[in-house]
Amino acid sequence: MPFRHKNTRRIEGLDSNVWVEFTKVAADPSIVNLGQGLPDISPPSYVKEELAKVAAVDRLNQYTRGFGHPSLVKALSQVYEKVCGRKIDPLTDVLVTVGAYGSLFSTIQALVEEGDEVIIIEPFYDCYEPMVKMAGAKPVFIPLRCKNDGNTASSADWVLDPAELANKFNSKTKAIILNTPHNPIGKVFTREELQVIADLCIKHDTLCISDEVYEWLVYKGNKHIKIAMLPGMWERTVTIGSAGKTYSVTGWKLGWSIGPEHLIKHLQVVHQNTLYTCPTPLQEALAQAFWIDYKRMDDPDCYFYSLSRELESKRDRMAQLLKEAGLKPVIPDGGYFMIVDVSTLNVDLSDIDEKQPYDYKFVKWMIASKKLSAIPLSAFCGPETKKQFEKYIRFCFIK
Amino acid sequence: MSRPLQARRLEGIDKNIWVEFVKLAATYSKVNLGQGFPDFPAPDFLTEALTRALGGGNHMLHQYTRAFGHPALVKVLAQFFEKLLGRDLDPMTNVMVTVGAYQALFCCFQALVDEGDEVIIIEPFFDCYEPMVKMAGGTPVFVPLRPVFSREELGLIAELCVKHDVLCISDEVYEWLVYDGKQHIRIASLQGMWDRTVIVGSAGKTFSATGWKVGWVVGPDRLLQHLRTVHQNSVYHCATIAQEAVAQGFQRELTLYGKPESYFVQLPKELQQKRDWLVQSLDDLGMKPIIPEGTYFLVADISPFKSDVPDAPDSDEPYDYRFTKWMVKNKGLAAIPLSAFYSEAHKNNYTNFIRFCFAKVR
Repeated sequence: MPFRHKNTRRIEGLDSNVWVEFTKVAADPSIVNLGQGLPDISPPSYVKEELAKVAAVDRLNQYTRGFGHPSLVKALSQVYEKVCGRKIDPLTDVLVTVGAYGSLFSTIQALVEEGDEVIIIEPFYDCYEPMVKMAGAKPVFIPLRCKNDGNTASSADWVLDPAELANKFNSKTKAIILNTPHNPIGKVFTREELQVIADLCIKHDTLCISDEVYEWLVYKGNKHIKIAMLPGMWERTVTIGSAGKTYSVTGWKLGWSIGPEHLIKHLQVVHQNTLYTCPTPLQEALAQAFWIDYKRMDDPDCYFYSLSRELESKRDRMAQLLKEAGLKPVIPDGGYFMIVDVSTLNVDLSDIDEKQPYDYKFVKWMIASKKLSAIPLSAFCGPETKKQFEKYIRFCFIK
Repeated sequence: MSRPLQARRLEGIDKNIWVEFVKLAATYSKVNLGQGFPDFPAPDFLTEALTRALGGGNHMLHQYTRAFGHPALVKVLAQFFEKLLGRDLDPMTNVMVTVGAYQALFCCFQALVDEGDEVIIIEPFFDCYEPMVKMAGGTPVFVPLRPVFSREELGLIAELCVKHDVLCISDEVYEWLVYDGKQHIRIASLQGMWDRTVIVGSAGKTFSATGWKVGWVVGPDRLLQHLRTVHQNSVYHCATIAQEAVAQGFQRELTLYGKPESYFVQLPKELQQKRDWLVQSLDDLGMKPIIPEGTYFLVADISPFKSDVPDAPDSDEPYDYRFTKWMVKNKGLAAIPLSAFYSEAHKNNYTNFIRFCFAKVR
């Protein structure tokens, strides 16, 4: 009998991935890799020390509580109570997941299904679209648009058109995915912009999935605002955070979802049926690191603030270098990525594979001839807006 | 919201036996033989590998590694399983690392089970199989185990899989815990089975470090490619440093393979003694233990205790649930009711048994 087994319908078309292509290329050590978003700076020493201490404790090598190691969920609830000014129950309002990636997955699997529409703002962190599709729902895209006709110097110039946004909402809209600070542009949504989104969520009874992994990385003159704190929003928002981005330990793969019990309980059901528990020693070490920084949250030396100061100077240095090379960087207000308009260089790419968008071809040319890698921006948008974004590439500056 | 908040795929899978029983054990037990994890330490060579990795000054071990498995780990797993299966394995396409064997199982079902598919589950079963099949839209079909399960039966399963072009998801997390000189047989090594089998393994069980949550799948690329798609759209990467330490653990075992100092030789020897001790103790108590050939669990018949804990036909709880609750509250001894590991349809036939874990120091 011939072998009839193929992939399930839920993963049809979801096998390709921009990273597979570009991380392979960038693995060549002679290439300066400013593409993938991983720090090559060291995590703070106390974070590494806490993990070393934990390795010696026997019971920390066995299973812990499924929805999150007790000391970690307690630390998270304390830190975020301080930030949010509201009570957060560590057992019912917090779920620890395998990276923020795992939180996005748990949230979408728990709350989104066939028949639903989910609004995704372009450009977007690339996993949002396949995750929404895997849940059987329809992604509805809305692009950030540049206010001043492309002569933009700042991420703040990229905005949503409120009328256009309102048109995307209908009775099928189950959720909108918000990412602030934004990857790749670095935009930090203002209170007014968040209010526009919140008003629509309340009007259409829509959920908000707020990816805030870069919440601590905001630069001078900007403030990270949590949409969950706006009136009427706590009850309909799941806010996602990341140890990898908070402590420069992407390889620990720990993240969390915070929200009201009536939403988090469904994420917990997904979690208990997908991987059940996250690694114990890493959670314990992370909890200890959080306690250290929790105690100094009013102190400028707290890592949550010192990291963003360190990155601000790296941001400025990279912007300077790019300008000197004749490029137009968009200065980010937050995050650790910077997008750059490369069309100004007018590089002849006619001999590279025509079927790919301009930015893909540019990055391949840049890797081959300049030994420098970045990520093409059109990887982060839906099919209709590729033309709008294909003159940009993304650099990471946490290096 | 007029329609329900949560997705339909969560229907019927929200209950979980561990939530209740872990809480009971934490509250009342003096001796916890319930949940399956060792209370003895993970071997020194493993924790030392973690310490070495941390002290080595390579801070990139705290950053993302390869999504489908840290290179050092997939390479040594491929080498190990080449030996065990007697075939060449490509570490990049025939092995994938997951967050525990639990997530490996999740990837299998999500990648390969569609709505309308039937999945045969042998009872009693590790409790997650049923909800995972349901979450994937599949229909579980339950087949109860009879007292004897032998190589001939594995051969029979293999024949049926080949005849009906069915896949086999083989959960072999306890592959090293086999007693009395018995041999663990890998179904993937039987005729016609490699191409249709996904083998699931666990560092937690192999190295007594359940809290590290490192697992893997081994299988043909034509099946693993689909698991990779699920993995890259659900968790993407697994923790780097745990993978690095497990890789070193496997390196050590590769060099000591078959030798008396091998952890895979010493652990089953140690656990066999604990098994025998528990069997004796339960015999003395008046329970009727069933001697296991493998894993670190054993099941005992509690029907001799009907005088202490009488039947209550009006109770909505099965007898074994009531017995284990009575036992933990009154005797401080925690165990798990066996009917928890049966389907709704068959639970009531197996309410006279409870499960003990003997991976315990006492």
